[in-house]
Amino acid sequence: MTTKNQQENQAGITQEGRFYSAERLHAMHDMMLFIRRFEEKAGQMYGLKKIGGFCHLCNGQEAVCVGMEEAAEPTDYMMTSYRDHGHILARGSKPTAIMAELLGRAGGIVGGKGGSMHMFDKEKNFAGGNGIVGEQVPIGIGFAFASQYRDDKRVSITIMGDGGVNQGAVYESFNMAALWKLPVVFVIENNQYAMGTSLSRASAETHLYKRGISFKVPGIQVDGMDVLEVERKMIEALEHARSGQGPIIVEMMTYRYRGHSMSDPATYRTRDEVDEWRSGRDPIVRLQKQMIEAGLATEAEFKQKDKDIKKEVVAVAKAAEAQPEPDLSALWDDIITDEIPNAYPYPRQVG
Amino acid sequence: MAKITYREALNQAMCQEMERDDRVFLMGEEVAEYNGAYKVSQGMLDKFGPKRVIDTPITELGFSGLGVGAAMAGLRPVIEFMTWNFAILAADQIVNAAAKMKYMTGGQYDCPMVFRGAGGAAARVSSQHSQAFENWYANIPGLKVVMPSNPADAKGLLAASIRDNDTVIFIENEINYGDIGEVPEGEYIIPLGKADIKRVGTDITLVAHSRMTGYALMAADELAKQGIDAEVVDPRTIRPLDEATILASVAKTNRAVVIEEGWRFAGIGAEISARIMEKGFDDLDAPVARVTGKDVPMPYAANLENYALPSVSEIVEAARVVCNRA
Ligand SMILES: Cc1ncc(C[n+]2csc(CCOP(=O)(O)OP(=O)(O)O)c2C)c(N)n1
Ligand SMILES: [Mg+2]
Repeated sequence: MTTKNQQENQAGITQEGRFYSAERLHAMHDMMLFIRRFEEKAGQMYGLKKIGGFCHLCNGQEAVCVGMEEAAEPTDYMMTSYRDHGHILARGSKPTAIMAELLGRAGGIVGGKGGSMHMFDKEKNFAGGNGIVGEQVPIGIGFAFASQYRDDKRVSITIMGDGGVNQGAVYESFNMAALWKLPVVFVIENNQYAMGTSLSRASAETHLYKRGISFKVPGIQVDGMDVLEVERKMIEALEHARSGQGPIIVEMMTYRYRGHSMSDPATYRTRDEVDEWRSGRDPIVRLQKQMIEAGLATEAEFKQKDKDIKKEVVAVAKAAEAQPEPDLSALWDDIITDEIPNAYPYPRQVG
Repeated sequence: MAKITYREALNQAMCQEMERDDRVFLMGEEVAEYNGAYKVSQGMLDKFGPKRVIDTPITELGFSGLGVGAAMAGLRPVIEFMTWNFAILAADQIVNAAAKMKYMTGGQYDCPMVFRGAGGAAARVSSQHSQAFENWYANIPGLKVVMPSNPADAKGLLAASIRDNDTVIFIENEINYGDIGEVPEGEYIIPLGKADIKRVGTDITLVAHSRMTGYALMAADELAKQGIDAEVVDPRTIRPLDEATILASVAKTNRAVVIEEGWRFAGIGAEISARIMEKGFDDLDAPVARVTGKDVPMPYAANLENYALPSVSEIVEAARVVCNRA
């Protein structure tokens, strides 16, 4: 239920008893739109072969990224899979560093060594950017363990996909997290597909929030296309974990508009299905409507905003592209190697 | 002979063996309805139906173990890993179960199955998706390791691997999938454990497998222009290794460079050069040189990736050094 509301003389929206100021709503909207336009730009740069390898875009899933971040403390840990651009942008990492990483530049967020799948920002407590499906889940409970160990009340927000949730290590993690009451929120981004495999072709129990039942991990299902609902439900989940009650599963119902990666034509789903989500449930359009209804913005303002953001993204891409590639000496940074004599460069002299 | 791609050759081998033997089935992620992440199993679901071409959840450890059990129970599983990077999750079933089953059960249980998929570096996919693991598996007694470098070998070796009574680790290469070559039509088998001389030469032996065979052939062309006549030997089967063919070549050329995409430390090149030293020492006019991937995780940036991988010019340079022509 959305109503026009004045609280402490502030314009905003109250939903389910929670007040969102106009300022905050604009910030959430702008971040979602920024992520959308950033991803479109990344797709374009990929088409121009400026970005290589695997590149997974999160168009359609912006409300999950932004709503979660709105609910979280900056000190909370966060980690996810390779579909990581939106999450790290929402965390507040520098867009130019993210774009530079996509381009393999020296100023990339990990110095050009990781690319699209391996975005990390330790300062922002963002631990990847993990390319192996399910890999981040046990790592996530490790962060939660460290938090419990130091009793610093930080929660680990450990994100996985509807495909990733079938990895065995996920259940080992559920059990340990519940057994030791670790402060972790397991977020399942249920975008209905793992590559070309629809949820029901890979999962016997398709209500993924129930996947913790036999481990005594409670679960909730959230409309992941509604940024305000995501924020509210995440607040509850984070409180649950932070207050020492142990882990909780949050299943975000969402949809990816693009193919799995840039090379996927996504022929396994119908145009109608994509349209239904895109035009019927789009998280950005939805928030815009709510804000217009509440008299907090006009369509013209949103149009102008979009223009501004597109310009901003172009500037980000330009700045990233202007950066040099990493120095070749960086090949040997950040790795222990026992020197193998005569190895590099190949011996000019043998013996 | 027809000209077909490496991926089509693999497809033909699987279809050939599935038509011949109804115990053979294919299981893995995206192998059925999506026709394979790299389209190797194109059309196989239509041909053989969902009983024999099976999509799995993303659960490598689970479906690899399923394959081991099915093989022990008398079926002939072909388990596809989308790439070998993901097979690390299944290492327990491959190493602790499949590889040891026959020995550990005093010969009661065979484990006749193939684990297959793309290995090595694809383009720009960074550290976790660009790894060569043949030396890991070759180190395990009980496993055969097979790596084709061209379409004809892909067909003949995969068919032989499916017929083999041991567990075979079959490592393909993503960058080779689109390569085109002449491939015999109809039933075609290349026995495991037989190396192939891809180019005859007299001055130096280049030993290379998988994608690096192509690099070695390019290096040989360059060396020919410089007056060095290189012989290129492709072991094709890493284990069992056809030592005799390699040693015979070195006996003729008296010089060798071993090339691999994987890391240098304890790599395949270390094994092959040790064998040449142990059994062909008197034939050598110079120490054996190795050209390998650099000992770092694969970086994403184009220039760093390029630097991390072995190159044709490094092979040429190493060969010149070994021939005293540097
Ligand atoms: C262990 C492992 N197996 C397979 C893959 C290949 N792969 C990458 S993404 C993916 C699908 C994952 O789907 P999901 O968890 O739903 O996440 P989404 O891509 O929808 O965000 C697969 C099979 C991988 N990276 N790691
Ligand atoms: Mg998914």
